[in-house]
Amino acid sequence: MKLNDKNESLRGEHVLQFPYRRATGPILGRFFTEIRDNGRFLGIKTAAGKVLCPPVEVDPDTLEDLSVNNFVEVGPAGCVTSWTWLSEPRPGNPLQWPFAWALIKLDGADSALLHAVDAGSESAMRTGMRVAPRFRDERNGGIRDIACFVPED
Amino acid sequence: MREVAIIAFGQTPNRRREVHHNDAEMVAPVVADVLKEVGLSRRDVDFTCSGSSDFLAGYSFSWTMAIDALGAWPPIQESHVEGEAAWALYETWVKMLGHEEIDVALVYGFGRQSMTSPRDVMVLMNDPYLETPLWPDAISQAALQARALLDAGLCTEHDFAEIAVRNLRHAESNPLAQLSGRFNPDELLKTPTIASPLRKHDCPPITDGACAILLAAGDRARKLCKRPAWIRSLAHRIDVQALGRRDLTRSRSARLAAEAVGAIGRHFDIAELHAPFTPQDWILQREFELSKDTVLNPSGGIHQGNPMMGTGLVRFGEVAARIIRSEADRGLAHATQGPCLQQNMVGVLEGE
Amino acid sequence: MADSQKPVTTIKSPVAIHYNYSIGAGQSTFMRAIHEGRILGSRCPDTGKVYVPPRLTSVETASPMTELVELPDRGVVYTYCIVNIKFYDQVLEIPYAYAYIVLDGADSAIMHLIQECPIKEIRPGMRVQAVWKDRAQWTESLENIRYFKPTGEPDLPIEKIMSEIRKKSYA
Repeated sequence: MKLNDKNESLRGEHVLQFPYRRATGPILGRFFTEIRDNGRFLGIKTAAGKVLCPPVEVDPDTLEDLSVNNFVEVGPAGCVTSWTWLSEPRPGNPLQWPFAWALIKLDGADSALLHAVDAGSESAMRTGMRVAPRFRDERNGGIRDIACFVPED
Repeated sequence: MREVAIIAFGQTPNRRREVHHNDAEMVAPVVADVLKEVGLSRRDVDFTCSGSSDFLAGYSFSWTMAIDALGAWPPIQESHVEGEAAWALYETWVKMLGHEEIDVALVYGFGRQSMTSPRDVMVLMNDPYLETPLWPDAISQAALQARALLDAGLCTEHDFAEIAVRNLRHAESNPLAQLSGRFNPDELLKTPTIASPLRKHDCPPITDGACAILLAAGDRARKLCKRPAWIRSLAHRIDVQALGRRDLTRSRSARLAAEAVGAIGRHFDIAELHAPFTPQDWILQREFELSKDTVLNPSGGIHQGNPMMGTGLVRFGEVAARIIRSEADRGLAHATQGPCLQQNMVGVLEGE
Repeated sequence: MADSQKPVTTIKSPVAIHYNYSIGAGQSTFMRAIHEGRILGSRCPDTGKVYVPPRLTSVETASPMTELVELPDRGVVYTYCIVNIKFYDQVLEIPYAYAYIVLDGADSAIMHLIQECPIKEIRPGMRVQAVWKDRAQWTESLENIRYFKPTGEPDLPIEKIMSEIRKKSYA
């Protein structure tokens, strides 16, 4: 009997699952709490005066720890700084019909947040357009408390 | 400082799906080939390092399975990077510079991404709090970078298509290429977008494959190989991960790595750029300031195949192989990982 | 709703990745054979060692390893482990035992359950025999063997057996 590799290999369906529950720390914790409870966005101000939203824990220039005292309110609306139209959504996406991914610079922030824009069609999307958040009715604390962004009229 | 050279390179034919072999079985013939090329046996290898991803393989410590391909008896000195094998090359190079007892080293990379959905699995590299829960697939993320280039007036979609056309044309001379041929950019632009403005030709193919490189130091390299491809310098740099905090029309880390190896302003006969998406090829050309007569991706680049976790190592292998065959004297090799050219490694390879 | 009063301190971020996993030539050969109730290994041409399941290349020498060997469904316990902690998705009653079993003629061990044996009596050197599912239930899986049980025969000198196996390793 000879072992050979002439036959096609056997295959099987396999799902790798992890339930992950992640500690947020005080910065992201407060960021998500404000979204969940008040529909507000917080950006964090660095020593150089830049406002980063989503916030970070460490000043990127000085490497000093930042704290909740460095928070400032931003948004809730903002501008699209880049986008792409996804005609076929993927499993787990915030929307299950064609939508745009966008980098959104909320008013008062110097960095952008990644989220979905429910624009209806690709022709409705353009860099520079203004968008506003649509929040979910049931919020659990997390980035998905924002259902998506929509074009601001 | 010790001189380290690439003395042999091998890879599996690039194919959409590996239907017969598991990782070890896929790696074994490639390792055997590179050893045979220089007349060495596995016992002559002083150090081994590989690159692969548990998330592509579907289970933890998946890389240990591939060690079955090495004949690891007596026990070997070995290491692994969880990621692109070009970084296994970096680790090996650093070790060889500092350890006189490592004269010959083996570096290999492998992956069978066809078993899963790579554009979704790669999202595990994103921020687990802010981005991964939305599952923004890898093609969508690259599309955000493409859009930034269009918005800035730096590129057109035609430019992106021309990059694909160039790669595919070069791949015609590569017998291992998965994709190749003569294409017309205008015809390619008529195909539908996947994540606008990216179309199929702008994206990397799904490829299962393995690759291996042998390294040797100093006179040992000269004894084993008629014209070793000397690694003159190697460096890597990393950008911040969040797309919203970067200028996506640039890759600052690619530029810094190129500066660190003294590549800017030097002439290269060839350059192999690990640009999974065509707009990234444009960005890298700009960051590296390559001269017009440098032949880009003579192997066919990403279109020859994307054996993910080995693709970057292949870039180094393709440059080295051409130097070894005296088809080039100096080449630039580049590898990347992370979303939108976040982390970049650049190397200068040269023949004597 | 009470939770919305407390500040957010954690987020749930479940991950589920789907694979159509391909096991390769060595394992496929093993699985196709066990579907028919046969256990196969492959023999290294350099050391003569028999590995179960089969592999295309020798683990120790990297030589092609194409000679297939059929093995009986009985062997000896090399080492074992008693599990006392229930884990997620578990179906077995605790305590239960897993063992590395060297089948007669093999030079590597397979892992399987030991049942029909009081936990305290499981020991290295214990002779064991496979207990199979009904043939009608067989698939391409080692689960065709439900578990191994003691045969009642006198123990084998397992240290000596392992020492003999080690001596075969390529020097």
